[in-house]
Amino acid sequence: MKFGVIVFPGSNCDHDAFYAVTSNLGQKAEFIWHDSNSLGDCDAVILPGGFAYGDYLRCGAIAKFSPVMRAVRKFAGEGGLVLGICNGFQVLVEDGLLPGALIRNRGLKFICREVRLRVETTNSPFTNAASKGQILRIPIAHGEGCYFADNRTLAELDEEDRVLFRYAGNPNGSVNDIAGILSRERNVMGMMPHPERASDALMGSSDGLSVFQSVLHAVVKA
Amino acid sequence: MTAITPELIAQHQLTSTEYRKIVDILGREPNYTELGIFSVMWSEHCSYKSSRLHLKKLPTRGRLVVQGPGENAGVIDIGGGYVIAFKIESHNHPSFIEPFQGAATGVGGILRDIFTMGARPIAVLDSLRFGRLDDPKTGARNRRILGGVVAGIAHYGNCFGVPTIGGECLFEPCYDGNPLVNVFALGVCKKEEVFYARAAGIGNPVIYVGARTGRDGIHGASMASAEFTEESKQKRPNVQVGDPFMEKLLLEACLEAMHTGAIVGIQDMGAAGLTCSTCEMGSRGAVGIEIELDRVPQRETGMTPYEIMLSESQERMLLVADKGREEEVFRVFRKWGLEAVEIGLVTDDGKLRVRHHGQVVAEIPNRELADEAPLYDRPHTQPPRAGLIPDLPSAKVQRTLPALLAAPDICSKRWIWEQYDYQVRTNTLACPERTDAAILRIKETGTSIAMSLDGNGRYCYLSPREGAKLAVAESCRNLSTVGARPVAATNCLNFGNPERPEIMAQLVAAIEGMAEACAFFDTPITGGNVSLYNETLGEGVYPTPVMGMVGTLKTGEPVTIPFKNANRSVILLGGIGDCDDTRFGGTQYAKEIVGELWGLPPALDLEYEQRVQFAMRKIIAEGLAESAHDLSDGGLAVAVAECSFGPAEIGALIELNSDLRPEMLAFHEGPSRILISTEFPRKVAAIAEKYEIEAPVVGVTISKGIEIRQRTITLGAWEIAALRTAYQQALESHVR
Repeated sequence: MKFGVIVFPGSNCDHDAFYAVTSNLGQKAEFIWHDSNSLGDCDAVILPGGFAYGDYLRCGAIAKFSPVMRAVRKFAGEGGLVLGICNGFQVLVEDGLLPGALIRNRGLKFICREVRLRVETTNSPFTNAASKGQILRIPIAHGEGCYFADNRTLAELDEEDRVLFRYAGNPNGSVNDIAGILSRERNVMGMMPHPERASDALMGSSDGLSVFQSVLHAVVKA
Repeated sequence: MTAITPELIAQHQLTSTEYRKIVDILGREPNYTELGIFSVMWSEHCSYKSSRLHLKKLPTRGRLVVQGPGENAGVIDIGGGYVIAFKIESHNHPSFIEPFQGAATGVGGILRDIFTMGARPIAVLDSLRFGRLDDPKTGARNRRILGGVVAGIAHYGNCFGVPTIGGECLFEPCYDGNPLVNVFALGVCKKEEVFYARAAGIGNPVIYVGARTGRDGIHGASMASAEFTEESKQKRPNVQVGDPFMEKLLLEACLEAMHTGAIVGIQDMGAAGLTCSTCEMGSRGAVGIEIELDRVPQRETGMTPYEIMLSESQERMLLVADKGREEEVFRVFRKWGLEAVEIGLVTDDGKLRVRHHGQVVAEIPNRELADEAPLYDRPHTQPPRAGLIPDLPSAKVQRTLPALLAAPDICSKRWIWEQYDYQVRTNTLACPERTDAAILRIKETGTSIAMSLDGNGRYCYLSPREGAKLAVAESCRNLSTVGARPVAATNCLNFGNPERPEIMAQLVAAIEGMAEACAFFDTPITGGNVSLYNETLGEGVYPTPVMGMVGTLKTGEPVTIPFKNANRSVILLGGIGDCDDTRFGGTQYAKEIVGELWGLPPALDLEYEQRVQFAMRKIIAEGLAESAHDLSDGGLAVAVAECSFGPAEIGALIELNSDLRPEMLAFHEGPSRILISTEFPRKVAAIAEKYEIEAPVVGVTISKGIEIRQRTITLGAWEIAALRTAYQQALESHVR
């Protein structure tokens, strides 16, 4: 299969995501520049971590107006798989493809740390290779990763089984320990932790690879 | 026209002799703009006028050295067709005046030095010094400076996308009014793709790229060349403001533009901005450069030539392109949304000619301006001596270890390094505090590199020469402890006012000690930075030379600090070592428990040190070490505790056969010692024998607790959790 990795000016985990899905997962990948109007023949698209457009104004606030996001919305609307990692998650919530908001960490400091994530659902193209309740060791690295949503949204996420991961040991104050969520159609996901940084045992953990393996399963099956 | 008066000359920190030299070079009086240009280029910060004479003593050549001092960064061959470019820089003065932006732009400056060479930055380390956080008078300010500096480094490095993977952070009252912020950066590129800051090709266009020029940072270089006084706060506008997003774009655009093959030479605009980049590129290429300031992108209106030439606005680059291929360069910068403007051309007359509205406003020979700065053999006498040996209370080891583990210099710096993204680019093989040296894999070559920053102002105050040698030895030892072979170094020399003979004596002795040790370890110094006038209200900092050491190793799971399994032999490579009251005066025990500084630093035998390191690397190469940690601040007892703080909380029972006083035995800081745990003590013993070093088995790892005995007498026994809490929570509780 082929992954597309979106490159906004200021993306800085684009190379890491590319490396994880090519060298670690063994699939094809292509960088897609932010002014692109099409995602080409990609089977799934990754919005990587970083500071898109400097994250000025608000994380992801400017990125959502970029030409490539029109293509991403269209792709998502047609059922394409979209993964927002860290800054990518922030862009997706700004864009409205995912509900809620990401605000400054409790403690107001950037945190880089390996955290433990509990897989909350395996009914998704991003977690089908994991088992429910499984604990994954994956690092976070963000200053604004505290997930927030109103009670109705939170109830919806629970009722529709759309919480992908919760922190086992909440590092940033996220409401209900939420670390990653799904769209209603279950084809768009956002997560603050970095699975691409945990895709190689040499980096201390390869637990993150299961996210990309799940995508591969889903695409190959489809 | 502003008249050039003696007062104006003095304001520019130029002496009357220096002024006469300017008149000689020009064959006339300089105008105001030219005076400004000379003052920044001939400032201590840019010209190294007090240190150049002595820096020549440093070894700079070696088999692997591709580029030594004189460029934006040193370059070393790491094999496989790849090189690394690295350097360390200080941003001490700006960080005191405006901690967040001062530190942030320090990171920005050194990153530009690296990618100017064509190398993508892949690592940052920082060496920091602050005043005591708990001082009743200055503590609040010191905490604010610490918080601001760390946030500034995090802000810039995290956004730019370079991992900050290690460093050191120490606290002394002498850094109260003068913190030290030294930032090391390293990048990687193909050997044939290294770029140099050299102008060439008469008629080639000179192109300005990046951020616009504003009035910020004017005279930053001169500010960094003067002592601080009560009025220094007013220099806040001299501190630049950083934009890491712009720098990230500049990085990507520059690397992409370099690949077009249309770029001849490139230099960043750092200290002394447009002035420095034009005259240095011209001087290196033995050509002239002519620019028209009207074309320089400006953020503010009505800027004078003086202001434009001296501005230190960040995130700007100057490059020389091949005539006729400008459009290829412009196309790349347009793609990244950056301004790129042709502001002048390369000429054949060797002069820096600056025009404003078509009129020549400055005309100075490049070589004289860049390379003929005054050179001083400043008088140097004896470094100041420390006090006599005080009455030494005999503190119990049992109570002292937890106190030392919570001491600011020793305690965990997690609060700092968790604010840094230490993993971006997915090359970091060990998180900070897991290994003595930071380790990065190089994906392109399949090999890895290790890095360490070390400096010890207390040792250097007691003996600048010995202290500098100890810093070199420790930085090499840090690398050997992870199995890396040290190959090259960079240095940052932080000292007080060189016009004081006793301070100059410190500088000279430290450089000589560093030269001796670097020559001995065959680790040439490929570049660095000198920061003088680190004084506030006449009080100088400790002489603080910081070594940045770089080594190479095979890629693999690193040997880390924590003990992994119980029932392993604990071996002290190098032996228990020796100490006496005099050599005990620079230790953390002396600082935290006695509250004094006296005598001499620990004694170092370079030959023995090297044999210990050879043995260590051999032990790792043969896969015999399960854990390894070198002994430094706090000595053996602190090292044993740190080895016990792994996820498994494996401790050790240590039995020491020695006649040293208990506190000396536990806490002396003699060098050339590494604590390892192993399943194969006999094989380790054989290697130790081959290298003729002591390697006593000092104990065994155990599944619960730590105990240290001197022969049969228990000096202390501790629960690991309690020690760990003291170690991990100390900094955070100090910061609050």
